[in-house]
Amino acid sequence: MIEINDEHLTQMRRHGERDYPFECCGLMLGRFEATRQKIVTETYPISNAREEADKRNRFLIRPEELMRGEKYAREKGVDVVGFYHSHPDEPAVPSKYDLDHAWPTYSYVVVAVTQGGATDLQSWEMEADRSKFNAEEIVTPPV
Amino acid sequence: MPVTITIPTPLRQFAAGLSEIQVEATTAGEALDQLTSTHAELRKHLFNDQNGLRNFVNVYVNDEDIRHTDGPNTPVKEGDTILIVPSIAGGSAVLDEVASKNASGDQAGSSELPMLSNEEVARYSRHLIMPEVGMTGQRKLKGASVLMIGTGGLGAPLGMYLAAAGVGRLGLVDFDVVDASNLQRQIIHGTKDVGRPKIASARDRLEDINPHVEIETHETRLTSANAMALVSNYDVIVDGTDNFPTRYLVNDACVLASKPNVYGSIFRFEGQASVFWAERGPCYRCLYPEPPPPGLVPSCAEGGVLGVLPGIIGAIQANETIKIILGAPDILVNRLLLFDAWRMRFRELKLRKSPDCPICGDHPTIKELIDYEEFCGITQQEQTTKPIMDEITASELKQRLDDGDDIQIIDVREPHEYEIGQIPNSKLIPLGQVLNRIDEIDPERETVVHCKMGGRSAKAIDALQRSGFQGKLSNLVGGITAWSNDVDPSVPKY
Repeated sequence: MIEINDEHLTQMRRHGERDYPFECCGLMLGRFEATRQKIVTETYPISNAREEADKRNRFLIRPEELMRGEKYAREKGVDVVGFYHSHPDEPAVPSKYDLDHAWPTYSYVVVAVTQGGATDLQSWEMEADRSKFNAEEIVTPPV
Repeated sequence: MPVTITIPTPLRQFAAGLSEIQVEATTAGEALDQLTSTHAELRKHLFNDQNGLRNFVNVYVNDEDIRHTDGPNTPVKEGDTILIVPSIAGGSAVLDEVASKNASGDQAGSSELPMLSNEEVARYSRHLIMPEVGMTGQRKLKGASVLMIGTGGLGAPLGMYLAAAGVGRLGLVDFDVVDASNLQRQIIHGTKDVGRPKIASARDRLEDINPHVEIETHETRLTSANAMALVSNYDVIVDGTDNFPTRYLVNDACVLASKPNVYGSIFRFEGQASVFWAERGPCYRCLYPEPPPPGLVPSCAEGGVLGVLPGIIGAIQANETIKIILGAPDILVNRLLLFDAWRMRFRELKLRKSPDCPICGDHPTIKELIDYEEFCGITQQEQTTKPIMDEITASELKQRLDDGDDIQIIDVREPHEYEIGQIPNSKLIPLGQVLNRIDEIDPERETVVHCKMGGRSAKAIDALQRSGFQGKLSNLVGGITAWSNDVDPSVPKY
């Protein structure tokens, strides 16, 4: 289960729309709670990596950038709890490519962007044996 | 020597919750082996099935990425720190259909693949007993879809082998009609099919080869308006076209839709093949940024083609298509295969992705399909050359000859074409020799120039006029082919 408030959900959707027809990507910062729950306290967009990697249907967060994001998170007293990316004109379902490149524990939020407008948004967590992604419940705290 | 390995957050649950672990090792590879032998669960997240580091796992010794030093053999000494740093990658689902079906031995993926009936198992037995294909591979073929642009020389062997191999869904795009002159190489069509739409004839043949294949026919010209919709609906696109506008169109649509484009081309005795797949290597535009000037590269109709050549190149395209679907290594990406059937030689050129490529480079300027006829200069060409030339039809020429008018007829075809058939009393001066032999054409007499279809004779007239020839020149519309149709059917058409 991952807790993401409306503001952060909106930020991720807007980022996906802004970068359409390319894939956007970014980090989700927050806290790992007991019982495998995560709370997102900030989104951290990363767009340059994708530009460099120049992929229409790929995103890449380079290790240096992740380290920079982790440093930023540490300064704020939080952790990297997961990543988000968009699927332009494709469903918000992780691909085999996503699975091959996924890490356990982290949450993977996928935003479907159809014809430039964000539609579905889902969070996924990889099974520890790498066999598949499981849908992860997103909880939105009351305002 | 004791070195420290730092464990990234997501992997700590597989390392007893530890963030740092000390091991004894002299190289980075040894250190990781030590680590994963103590914490076996870590192994599958760090290494792939071939025991290589997963490509999104980055290992740093102190601050240095071991990819830039000696890899796993990078030495470590006491007090060094080894960092495991993830790079995070992903990509959208449907665009990856091919790749996702491809990962070999992937059980999660294979559960979604279609099952084979007993009849199909019997049919594909020679595939099934090879581990490189096997049951999983055959099911991948059944689950795959391929769009073939063109059902001509290349499309004929291609379609037949793909259908025979059990590709589940085959899309055919063609708008042409079977002509007798196709049968020398387009073996998917038969003598009985002359006059039928090619896709109808191809469908019959493919369904006969394998009724388990779903054939989808698109009787249309591939255009900028319909290409994206067609291309997006298939996993692999195979280019069997014979003209530049369509070739650029297929390329651009494939790049924009992130599909592999299995390319083949043929001319006379020479063929080329490659796999253009912008995700993994160059596209057609990286190789040929600009089309040749119109008319410079003759088509097969003008230049001829050895009938068996498209059989060889088309079979290579089928081979690569099947390998892409199976997820085989060493597909023809980043390589251009050149084949010379006359000398029986294969050569291979290395291809590189061009950072300046206007569609798949670092700063693409082409973001949607364009007008490819215009891009290849075809529309302008017609406008500038047509109006300035006198023309005569075959019937008119016959009438004037019968009336006893003094007309010299110059045939600008090649000698081997002249052997096939001639217009009576014509003089052979092949196009390439016209200017050198300009003295042999009497400017005092009225002259009619002809070739097979009217294209080369127009060029000859243009060249003669530019070099200052003063006599009256007329182009025979439709060439000797029109003469055969309208005047003398005993002259064979070719």
